[in-house]
Amino acid sequence: MSGMVEKRGRGYWLTHAGLIGGVLVIFFPIYLAFVASTVSQPEIVRPPMPLIPGGHFFENYREALVSGINAPVARMLFNSTVMALGIALGKIVISILSAFAIVYFRFPFRQTFFWLIFLTLMLPVEVRIVPTYEVAANFGLLNSYPGLILPLIASATATFLFRQFFLTVPDELAEAARVDGAGPMRFFIDILLPMSRTNIAALFVILFIYGWNQYLWPLLITTDPQMNTIVMGIKQMFPSGDDIANWPVIMATAILAMLPPVAVVIFMQKLFIKGLIETEK
Amino acid sequence: MSTISLKSVRKSFGKTEVIHGIDVEVADGEFIVIVGPSGCGKSTVLRMVAGLETVTGGDIAIDGNRVNDLEPMERNIAMVFQNYALYPHMSVFDNMAYGLKIAGMPKAEIAERVQTAAKMLQLEEYLTRKPRQLSGGQRQRVAMGRAIVREPSAFLFDEPLSNLDAKLRVQMRLEIKQLQRSLGTTSLYVTHDQVEAMTLADRLIVMNAGVAEQIDTPMHVYEHPASIFVAGFIGSPSMNFLPAKIDTGRSTLSLESGANVSAEGLVLAAQSGREIIIGIRPEHLELASPDRADLTLHIAAVETLGADTLVHGSIAGAGVDGTKNASFAARLPGNARIAEGETLPLRIADGALHLFDRQSEKRIAEI
Ligand SMILES: Nc1ncnc2c1ncn2[C@@H]1O[C@H](COP(=O)(O)OP(=O)(O)OP(=O)(O)O)[C@@H](O)[C@H]1O
Ligand SMILES: [Mg+2]
Repeated sequence: MSGMVEKRGRGYWLTHAGLIGGVLVIFFPIYLAFVASTVSQPEIVRPPMPLIPGGHFFENYREALVSGINAPVARMLFNSTVMALGIALGKIVISILSAFAIVYFRFPFRQTFFWLIFLTLMLPVEVRIVPTYEVAANFGLLNSYPGLILPLIASATATFLFRQFFLTVPDELAEAARVDGAGPMRFFIDILLPMSRTNIAALFVILFIYGWNQYLWPLLITTDPQMNTIVMGIKQMFPSGDDIANWPVIMATAILAMLPPVAVVIFMQKLFIKGLIETEK
Repeated sequence: MSTISLKSVRKSFGKTEVIHGIDVEVADGEFIVIVGPSGCGKSTVLRMVAGLETVTGGDIAIDGNRVNDLEPMERNIAMVFQNYALYPHMSVFDNMAYGLKIAGMPKAEIAERVQTAAKMLQLEEYLTRKPRQLSGGQRQRVAMGRAIVREPSAFLFDEPLSNLDAKLRVQMRLEIKQLQRSLGTTSLYVTHDQVEAMTLADRLIVMNAGVAEQIDTPMHVYEHPASIFVAGFIGSPSMNFLPAKIDTGRSTLSLESGANVSAEGLVLAAQSGREIIIGIRPEHLELASPDRADLTLHIAAVETLGADTLVHGSIAGAGVDGTKNASFAARLPGNARIAEGETLPLRIADGALHLFDRQSEKRIAEI
């Protein structure tokens, strides 16, 4: 009890003040964007900047979602979702399978393959973007979902993480499964996969956001506005030349672009913590 | 009917051979314990029988069928691991049922078998729990249950009790023994604990550095150890050893200390002059009056255990390991009042001498 009382001293309030201050600093620009998305174009351009939400919320958001500027935001949100899900799930499937192969099977040049995968860590998309574009274009992947997803799907980091996790799983578990008559894939599906679910959940969150935030690659591979993703779409909305920027709609788009990653974090966080509590070797 | 037979089984990891040819025939329903110091290859032998390790040379047969190239599951064995190796995300029921599920057994029959095993092991109320919600002893039982439900030809245990506390170990030891008796399943059990080995085994395999030094019933191993290694490994405190020589023309052995020990009815005259090592178990030493004593023990430490008193000390004259004074232990009755720092005249009980060849370290057959 005395500990609790002491904790409520000055330090307690100071830490909270610090945290609240930090949250406000981070939250303020987002709030400004939200305010901007609820007012009309003339209100935005006339100083001072409005600080209280206006009355054009539904109007602006409907306009963004349905017509947008180049392409409807609903369409771009859908494209982004497909790309982010494809990248996240694809990366998880591929990396967990490669980690499984590297840890549990003895095949020639096993270590070599591992190091080859590991080396690709040093080659991010930006470094290999020209040859990758060339290959994707030759395969006819421009303006397509596979074109958005496939070149980004291999992941050395995720492979490495799963490998490290599999190495901590006791060998006896694999042996017990063998004695029980489980073949390699059965062991993988019945035992390894359920045991990895916290890792999968954590990776999914990280990779979904990674996929969602891709900017450079979608910019190259899509030319058709109907295939634009939301993150590059926002930039495309900025007018070129003398056109007037439709700030309320752009801001509404920005707010909409934030929602799916936030939803994924909030939803997966529950699963993530639940997994953390339940799993134990 | 399930028998296990090992014929000159060898195992090498890379270029190093760790098992140098083991032969043993395990009869149906027999409980065999493999015992030996750490690193002698006990687990390796067991894992070869299980099919978790390939066999480098020789043959392993279960029920007369050569199984060298069969998968563990096809050998119809069940294994209990030291760390239990329970599937952490499955309930106790699913842990026990997993092997049966894979074998494609109907659900009702699986449930019935698991229930029966759970009843036998007093696990009924824990069937829905996860392994981490169980105590060590309960996890151990689940691991046993997983083995039982398969109704295998043989149980293979690799130090299944070494993660439990001393009291639980004694209790589980009895349970394993009773279970094995009532099921009548042929069992191979690996341990480095000689009490476990002595109490559980129908027959013991005492292993040393990849070789089976002796395969026999626990009492026979205790009373007639085949080598100095076995004699020293089985029994606690371990057997005392002294270098000696068979006296010419007399039935006595002369010790390095100069003393003579009577070896009535043990030694052939033809072997006179032979250099040997004699072994005496601590419990085969008795207090004697100084004029009738065979040996004089300089006491270094006394352990009063209640029923017994253990006396540790040394005997003048070189030890087997080249020390100046041979270290020695005696187990005396609990009512013996002995103080540290004294000397103790001791007599060797009749017929209690073990003789070993000094070169080969093998037992010299009694004549
Ligand atoms: N996979 C392996 N690769 C190389 N050497 C091995 C391997 N497994 C075991 N060994 C060696 O084989 C020998 C026997 O090992 P084993 O595990 O059978 O010993 P053990 O008698 O079970 O010992 P413990 O009582 O410590 O479990 C040891 O010297 C060990 O170093
Ligand atoms: Mg071992």
